[in-house]
Amino acid sequence: MTSEVFNVYIAVLIATIFGFVLVGSALIGNLILSPRQKSPHKGVTYECGMLPIGRSRAQVHFRYYLFAILFLIFDIEAVFLFPWAVSFVELGEQAFYEMLVFIGILAFGLLYAWKKGVLNWR
Amino acid sequence: MTYEEALFYVIAAITVAGALGVVTARNVIHSALFLILALLGVAAVYVLLASEFLAIVQVLVYGGAVTILILFAMMLTRVRDIEGPLDGPQRPFAALAATVFLGTTVLAVTQTEWRGETDEATVVTIEQIGEALFSTWAMPFEIASLLLMVALIGAIVLARGEEGE
Repeated sequence: MTSEVFNVYIAVLIATIFGFVLVGSALIGNLILSPRQKSPHKGVTYECGMLPIGRSRAQVHFRYYLFAILFLIFDIEAVFLFPWAVSFVELGEQAFYEMLVFIGILAFGLLYAWKKGVLNWR
Repeated sequence: MTYEEALFYVIAAITVAGALGVVTARNVIHSALFLILALLGVAAVYVLLASEFLAIVQVLVYGGAVTILILFAMMLTRVRDIEGPLDGPQRPFAALAATVFLGTTVLAVTQTEWRGETDEATVVTIEQIGEALFSTWAMPFEIASLLLMVALIGAIVLARGEEGE
């Protein structure tokens, strides 16, 4: 039983190793092949146009924090949907209505956010 | 050493390296990226422990949502690169707290009677979790949705109040 679980994840392991090798080889290849010439103009953000002034990190209005909160909450909803989705046929009618109530309550929260204009991008 | 053991040590090394990167990186954004690496490493450890569902939750909630929250918090505040040392007069207290935590952890690890072979570990499938969640624990599950809704509405009310609209 345990080895069955691991066998599925061998594909994940191979993909992970491939990902590391791909990024690593690209970086090393760049390090070896690219010509290097230092000049202050190479540090400028834009090749032509206006010179950027000030710091690159601007302060964002905290209103946008609500988007992060919304994402977190519906992410957790997705976590609860997983065990329901894999076995809702076997679980029967009761589980279906339980999920309906769960999604309904969260949908009310989303409706409230919508009504309050949180979803407007300003 | 079996290949599972070797795999565990590689994953553990990556996780610890990520955690060290969080505290040593000079740039806070780099710290956040190292944090993602450490959290994904923990998810891999969960997979090795045959806890698939926990690994999925770890990737979705910690690797995704919590790091997004941290990055948003950095964007919202006037955060700068750390120039001077971060520690001040609280240094001895920090050392004391860290020592106590280390001592407790070492004590817990050495005092626990470990179950031994990994082959004996019981695998809990996602189907079993679903069954338990929708029959025995149906009520707490519904209450969880109420809690999430309260968090959502609370966040909206707080943000709106600050804005004065």
